[in-house]
Amino acid sequence: MKRIIPLILLFIFLVSCSSSGQGGTDAQPQSYIENKGSDTIVNLALAWAEQYQMDYPNIRLSVTGGGSGTGIAALVNGTVDIANASRQIKSNEIDLAADKGIVPVEHIIARDAIAVIVNPENPVTKLTLQQISDIYSGVYTNWSEVGGEDRPIVRLSRETNSGTHVYFLETVLRLGVKDSDTLFSTNTLLLPSSEGIIIEVRQNPNAIGYDGLGYVPHDLKVIAIAPEAGDAFILPSVETVNSGTYPIARDLYMYTDGEPTGAVKEYLDWIMSAQAQEIVRELGFVPIN
Amino acid sequence: MEKDLNWREYIITRLIKFSGYSAVIFVSLIFFFLLKEGLPTLAEVPLGDLFDLRWYPIESYYGILPLITGSLLVTIGAGLIAVPFGIGTAIYLAEIAPRWVRNLLKPLVELLGGLPSVVLGFLGILILSPTLRVTLNLPTGLTALSGSLLLGGIAIPTVVSIAEDALDAVPKSYRDAALAIGATRWQTIWRVTLPAARSGVLTAVMLGVGRSIGETMTVMMVTGNAPVLATGLADLFSPVRTMTATIAAEMGEVANASTHYHVLFFIGMVLFLISMTVNVAASAVVFRQKKRAERVLS
Repeated sequence: MKRIIPLILLFIFLVSCSSSGQGGTDAQPQSYIENKGSDTIVNLALAWAEQYQMDYPNIRLSVTGGGSGTGIAALVNGTVDIANASRQIKSNEIDLAADKGIVPVEHIIARDAIAVIVNPENPVTKLTLQQISDIYSGVYTNWSEVGGEDRPIVRLSRETNSGTHVYFLETVLRLGVKDSDTLFSTNTLLLPSSEGIIIEVRQNPNAIGYDGLGYVPHDLKVIAIAPEAGDAFILPSVETVNSGTYPIARDLYMYTDGEPTGAVKEYLDWIMSAQAQEIVRELGFVPIN
Repeated sequence: MEKDLNWREYIITRLIKFSGYSAVIFVSLIFFFLLKEGLPTLAEVPLGDLFDLRWYPIESYYGILPLITGSLLVTIGAGLIAVPFGIGTAIYLAEIAPRWVRNLLKPLVELLGGLPSVVLGFLGILILSPTLRVTLNLPTGLTALSGSLLLGGIAIPTVVSIAEDALDAVPKSYRDAALAIGATRWQTIWRVTLPAARSGVLTAVMLGVGRSIGETMTVMMVTGNAPVLATGLADLFSPVRTMTATIAAEMGEVANASTHYHVLFFIGMVLFLISMTVNVAASAVVFRQKKRAERVLS
């Protein structure tokens, strides 16, 4: 029994040490902003957070990915201050938020083009939106049907919690038709990350995938897209997105609970500034103004 | 002094008793939690829809059959690899290899068991799946087969380690007796040692299968996650989506208490029931064999 007492004393000593240590770092006043969601936005959000923390050292920003659905779910569950989303919030998500007393407020923070990518060995260079829709819904199963070699088509997509997945479904598979019920072919591979899609497209000449333009490496082939058969085929770029000629470009969003106040408001105001929007351009996204 | 001893004895007995019961308590708590979160599914999704062929939760298609067959297919494939290789390795280590080889190999095999599954998954994406695609001329290498091969690799150390312990525990007198009546080395292994160690070997297989069906990260990375119904072993060469990968990929996204959330817990229940069935079936077999063995000996 006697041997235990020094152990207890040591334990108390250690606990008091560590708590006094924490007290030291807390001396400086700090605001903490939790930021989570879209994997499309995560690099941009990280670049912003780094710059912002350099300029305003009393603000701490924590940025994590996981997908737009994940970010919005976290906002609904009250665990983050800002949710990043590459799609607009859905009505059932607004209902769920209302049940928990949370009012999501939307902020458009940048624009993004979705690039359709194939392996460089694939001779196909251009497709119409209708052809891409038919490829993903399973109408076409061989590249020879869209002017390529006699190879099976392997469709790659992000998981269903990705905002890019939902945007692609609505804008490309359903061609923007609201009450369409076209779905991804069941044998579409659902990969958990952008990186997974890029690795597979890089090594597999049968594959077709899609990803935010800012994420596409130079060794993959980007497909030129025509909105309708007979229109010009357009490659994605800042210019074609801003002029509205590239057909699959979208707004990127941040959501807050109610109108932002305090540190969160200052951060969102800074994001709209020229300095922050210049970072948007550097990362391959399209600035909003 | 006497008093003090009794008191200590009491505490120690209680502690050991509590540890014994705690496993039961935790398992039942987990099961009740799964029931609580998973059973509302039955009220929210009609049974016909639940056992439908399409899984696309964001449009309220909750057919879980493709996920169940996906998990079963990958696990069966992993079993076909891990059981023969695992038991073969265990026999070699316990019966054939010289002592120093065994002392070198067994820790190495166990080290293999400690490899993080995400590392294996990464190797799977970068090396295994491209190789499979090219050598087998498949449309893509992200298939159930890649998952089975890697899961087999993950399960082998478990099978080897436990089966080898079981074989090692067979008394030397059994082997001596078999050899004395003129059995060859192979006959001794196949007819005497292995049957004597049967229950341990079966436990090894069971734990290996359990390890495979519950594995998540690797399968999520290499099986392609396409929710297509698997109908036979030929589907090993096409992509599948497993129950574990579905839960892992989608649980972060769902809002609490939504239908999708309940269905994911329902899948968890199905997974739990499957591994429980495997366990109960295996222990029933072990139990029956023990009884027969006791009869023979008495």
